[in-house]
Formats: sequence, structure tokens, C-alpha cells
Amino acid sequence: MISVLRGLGRAGLGFFERLGRGHVFLFYSLLGVPAGLYRIHLLLTQVYMAGVLSLVIIVVSGFFVGMVLGLQGYNTLVDFGAEESLGILVALSLVRELGPVVAALLFAGRAGSALTAEIGLMKTTEQLAAMEMMAVDPLKRVVAPRLLAGVLAMPLLAAIFSAVGVYGGYFVGVGLLGVDEGAFWAQMQSSVDFHDDIMNGVIKSFVFGFTVTWIAVFEGYDTVPTSEGISRATTRTVVNSSLAVLGLDFVLTALMFD
Amino acid sequence: MDTNRGSEEPLVTIRGLSFSRGARKIFDEVDMDIARGKITAIMGPSGCGKTTLLSLIGGQLRPDAGSVRVDGLEVPQLSRRELLQLRKRMGMLFQSGALLTDLSVFENVAFPLREHTGLPVPIIRDLVLMKLEAVGLRGARDLMPSELSGGMARRVALARAIALDPMMIMYDEPFAGQDPISMGVLLRLIHLMNEAMGVTSIVVSHDVKETASIADYVYVLAEGKIVGQGTPEELKKSPSKWVRQFMDALPDGPVHFHYPAPAYMEDLLSGEDR
Repeated sequence: MISVLRGLGRAGLGFFERLGRGHVFLFYSLLGVPAGLYRIHLLLTQVYMAGVLSLVIIVVSGFFVGMVLGLQGYNTLVDFGAEESLGILVALSLVRELGPVVAALLFAGRAGSALTAEIGLMKTTEQLAAMEMMAVDPLKRVVAPRLLAGVLAMPLLAAIFSAVGVYGGYFVGVGLLGVDEGAFWAQMQSSVDFHDDIMNGVIKSFVFGFTVTWIAVFEGYDTVPTSEGISRATTRTVVNSSLAVLGLDFVLTALMFD
Repeated sequence: MDTNRGSEEPLVTIRGLSFSRGARKIFDEVDMDIARGKITAIMGPSGCGKTTLLSLIGGQLRPDAGSVRVDGLEVPQLSRRELLQLRKRMGMLFQSGALLTDLSVFENVAFPLREHTGLPVPIIRDLVLMKLEAVGLRGARDLMPSELSGGMARRVALARAIALDPMMIMYDEPFAGQDPISMGVLLRLIHLMNEAMGVTSIVVSHDVKETASIADYVYVLAEGKIVGQGTPEELKKSPSKWVRQFMDALPDGPVHFHYPAPAYMEDLLSGEDR
């Protein structure tokens, strides 16, 4: 019994210690962001790595998610003779929820894991230590541009996901199932509010982008410098950031759409 | 560098240095002086804390007690900014080379220059080519680190370490795992850097013969203490059992062949599963 309590206590202390370290790490990384803005090529490289290279998975997934929404939505709406509202259903589902959330989950799996593995390997091969010895702060040179790139890339990826998803829904609904094209677009246009729906989705994706990238770079930087350590850190990045995205989504939705 | 010559005060002064990792004492009240413009070797068996000592001098680790002064500055008490300023005057050659794997050989050597000098591109190019020429790898400037052999990677890392013309260079096991040719090349380079530029060199190594051939002064570390010191000639004659075991590569002595364990017979007959 005592040993169970002790184990619990140790796990709790370990958790809070890591949480604290993560925040200190974030603080010093954010201090490096303004300097990072001056070195635009570093930032652009990272936007390319995190954003552009994630495009394929985002576009393909977005299209399929949109198609499934179109199919499921049509089958439900047609029972009530409301299939013309398919455009609203597809657009609102994507812009409010699925776009930011699914794009963030994919981003965590594609870009987040890559970030953790890259930084973890840099630590394992002493590249970060070498930078420190060359009087270059790795938090400024390596972490800050990646953090900023993740925060910038994520909303764009979520927007692309939603846009492609709408076309996926259009393709199934209008193209294959015969929903009226004019009604599909017109109803969508009249019901989707720029501020309440689109902007809230954008805010969500900013928050998710920040959270996922923070977890990814911290896990990489905090890796135990062995191959097993990198493997654990990469797994932790995907698991923790996915859980964080889903948890935060609930909180944000409750705040935004009450 | 001229600042290294003509001054009697040691560049690095270590007094009463203690450092532990967990319960294990790595250093216990160690005193050491690294003379300016000389090659000082730090030798000792694997795991005796040689690399840790370099990390303490470079300020990557903080000692539990004692003082580490580099060029008059107390390293553990420096602010982060002061530490970075000091590190611009220190070069370090990591055992693995630690080249930045996403940059070419040229860009690796240019890295500290681009980060710290703000020099125009043509001058940086000339400087990089000069440093690469010094290590014989000017022709390899477009290769990526993955295309280099271990010895070449270390030479590139050396070119990078001297990019900012440091006052001292710390070499962490520069000869480990090298074939005789690259070992010879590295020995010559370390000697040359010291001769030509007057750079203070600290060579951490367990390759006794090679290191002793270029070192001006040698410290032998074991079990957290300095067990021998002097010029290579003095050490060759040293009666200390520690120094003898290390210099003559004896398998058993004060450093035991066996890791501490219960009595052999007792262990075999204990009936435990593992």
C-alpha cells in the first residue's frame, strides 16, 4: 500500500516537474522568437518543413473527410427532404470542428513527430551541445523558428483542410447524389458566419498549432539521448499532443459556442 | 594568438573542484592548471570524468563546489550572456565531430562566422576556405556530413572550432576509433594549431602513446582525483601504481579488472535466478 502511494507520489512529482520544465523551456524559446523574425530564411525553411510537406496528407484527408460528410449528411437529410442543406452541414462541421481538429491530429502525426525526432537526434549526436559551445543558443537558433513555423502553418493547413473538405462534400453531394448546386452553395453562404464560425475555427487552429508544436519541440529537446529515448519521445509527442488537441477542443468549443 | 604568449598566469585554473552525478563522485577536490599556449593532456581510464571536466570548463555543467577560472573569469558564476561571450573564445572538438547534419562542410565551418561576425559573404568564403585548407579538406567543401569518414568529420569539426580564432581548443577523445593514418593526421593538426596559432590546447584522451607524443604537460585522472601529473617524460618514470597501470596498459592494478561484485563462489552458489 505504502509503495503504491509512494509510486503515485513520485509519478505526480515527475509530472509536475516536467510541466514546469516545459514552461521554462517555452519562456526561453519565446524570448528567441523576435530574433528569429529577423532571420526569415530559417523561418521559411521550417514553414516549408512543417507546412508544405504536410500538404499531401492534409489535402487527401480533407477530401475524404468531406466526401464522407457529404455521404452521411445526404443519407440523413434526405429522410427529411432537407438534402439542400447539405452545404451547411458539410461547411459548419468542417470549419467549426473537423478542420481544426483533424488537421491538428494529422499535423501532430506528420510534422510533430518529425520535429521531435529531428531535435532529439540533434541532441543525441551532440549537435545542440556543439551549438552551445559555439556560443549559439539552440533555443533561438533551432527551437524558436520551429515553434513559430508550427503556429503559422497550422491555421493555414486547417483552412486548406476545410476548403478541400467542402469540395469533397460538393463532389459527393452535388456531383454524385444530385443535390442542387445553387442550393448547396447559397445555403452555405447564408448560414456560415464569418466571425462565429470561420474565425472561431481559425482561433482553434492557432491554439492547436501552438500546443502541438510546443509539445513536439519540448519532447525533442528533453529527449533521453539514446535511440530508445528518441522513440519514446516521438510516441509521447503524438499521444500527448493528440490528447491535448481533443481536450482543448472541448474547452474552446464550450467557450465559443455556448 | 599573441595574447596566449608571454603571460605566466595559467589560462585555466581549477581549485577544489567537486562534482557528482547522483551518488557517484566524479571529482573530489581536484586542482589543475592549464598553461597558456601549451598542449595539456588529460588522461585516465574510460568513465573517469575526462569529458565531464571539459563540460565544466565550458560552463555546460556547474560544479558542486570549487572554482573554475578561464582567462580570469569564474565560469560557474557567469551570466548566460557572459558565458556565451566567453565561449566565442573557446573551441571544442567533440568526439563525434557533432557537425550539423543538415549543412554542408562549407556551411558547417561558416556557421560560427555567420552567427557571430556579420562579415560580408566574400570574406566569410575566404575564411572558410582558409580553415578548410588548414585541415586539408578544401576540396570536400560541398560534401554533406553523412558523406565524410569519421576522421574527415573530425577535421571539419576542427576547422569549425578554429573558425573564430579561439584562445583555446578542447579536444574530446580526438583519436578514438581512428585508423593510424587519420590518427597521424589529427596529431599533426593539433600540434600545428598549437605551434602556428599559439592556441592553448586541452586534449582529453586515453590513447597514451599518441597523446604523450604531443603533450607538454599531462594530468592522469582516476576515481575523481589526480593520481599523477608532469611532463610525459616525468610520468614515464613515475613510481605511482596508478600512473604505471595506465601508462603501461596493465589490465589489473589500482583500477580493477573486475567490476565490484560479491565473492565469485558465493555468487555461483546463491541459488538466485539472476
